[in-house]
Amino acid sequence: MPVTFHADDIENAIDTLAQAIRLRHPSEPLTLIGIRSRGDEVAERLCTRLAEDDREIHLGILDISLYRDDFGHLRENPKLQGSEIDVPLDDATVILVDDVLFTGRTIRAALDALSDYGRPSKVELAVLIDRGHREMPISADFIGISLATERLDHVMVSLENTDGKDQIELIPHS
Amino acid sequence: MPRKDLLDIHSLSTEEIIALLDQATPFKELFTRSVKKVPALKGKGVLMLFYEPSTRTHSSFEVAAKRLSADVTNFDVPSSSITKGESVRETIETLQAMRTDYIIVRHARSGLPAAIAKMTNASVINAGDGAHAHPTQALLDAFTLREIHPELRGKRVLIVGDILHSRVARSTTEIFLRLGAEVAWLAPGSLLPSAPPAGVRCFTDYDTAMAWQPCALYLLRVQMERQDVQYFPSLREYHRVYGVTEDRLKRLADAGIHLMHPGPVNRGVELCDAVMDYPLSLINQQVENGIAIRMAVLYSLKPEPHA
Repeated sequence: MPVTFHADDIENAIDTLAQAIRLRHPSEPLTLIGIRSRGDEVAERLCTRLAEDDREIHLGILDISLYRDDFGHLRENPKLQGSEIDVPLDDATVILVDDVLFTGRTIRAALDALSDYGRPSKVELAVLIDRGHREMPISADFIGISLATERLDHVMVSLENTDGKDQIELIPHS
Repeated sequence: MPRKDLLDIHSLSTEEIIALLDQATPFKELFTRSVKKVPALKGKGVLMLFYEPSTRTHSSFEVAAKRLSADVTNFDVPSSSITKGESVRETIETLQAMRTDYIIVRHARSGLPAAIAKMTNASVINAGDGAHAHPTQALLDAFTLREIHPELRGKRVLIVGDILHSRVARSTTEIFLRLGAEVAWLAPGSLLPSAPPAGVRCFTDYDTAMAWQPCALYLLRVQMERQDVQYFPSLREYHRVYGVTEDRLKRLADAGIHLMHPGPVNRGVELCDAVMDYPLSLINQQVENGIAIRMAVLYSLKPEPHA
């Protein structure tokens, strides 16, 4: 039986993230960095919510393709779309944002990539959905939805601006 | 299916050409960061096998490979055993044993990079072979003009100089044609090939060529090393008839025509000194873009696994 989350659930999850970030950072300036692809859209939607507060907020996009640890094993290197980080990261409070937290390898790559842009005073992690099965010592600071899955299950995230609709589907491994 | 080697523009599909050009943009964006290096090719070996002298192409490939974190080895030809009569096959077998992943080759003999590509699992990139091809030059030229004119379809490019002996002219003409631009050649009759590719117009007179209204003038380097054969009376004569003189430069500026050159420039021959200050010169951009294109090429090729 596939588990499905719909638009309302996703909106609520992003609200949950925004609220948790507010609690920890009531007024300090924040830099949200979304990881391509879909982490950028989650970051953008989070940014819209947090921008309602009276605070300084910046948004950036990170492409981690060049920092992956599995180049030799890929049949074809991923198409590079590039990062868009126009604010200095030195001494900033950075919140990395991604759609799904799974093995933790993407976040490992993202941390390496970030360090080539500057030295933030702090980096935290916000994810729309945590599905478990980490292969790296990495955990999220802010989680929208926690989902129990099997290692080989497939979690498919669609987001409004990227895919035309908001939906998360857990497709069990058959 | 990713490709193993880059040997010429001809064997690339138009989709592959556009994908490589598009892929160079995010690499170019890295150049403005304080850390210009990325770990994509960490632990990979890049071997520079240059049988012909080259400063620019050589250093451009070297910078590109280093910015991808690859280890670069220079197989310095004059000081190596090639001069001791070692055959190319023996050299390649040696290099194969070193488990190199990418080989960048320049050689005076057309087709040699293709022959090497068949002998090795490594990805082979042609950095210029005889009068045959110079694909990364063509890619960087197209990338550079696309920054000015994102849609090249219908744009006119006039290539001036020693077309006959130039691999740059061949590859660059082909890529512009493939991207829908129109190409014409301007040269003394003695330096024009007898059979130009379909659609390429040939001119022998500067003013007639300019009346064709190109958006860019691509000047080839006059190859001083070929001056033993008299293709034109003298360098001064060449400058007067085919070179961009100060007077012509003023008219190019008025018409908004961009200038390109693969380097190194022979000032006083193809171009007058004033070109250094010409605002529509793309020559420095070509150098910078060359690194981005070569990074994109290295990143996109897939060597075969070592046996």
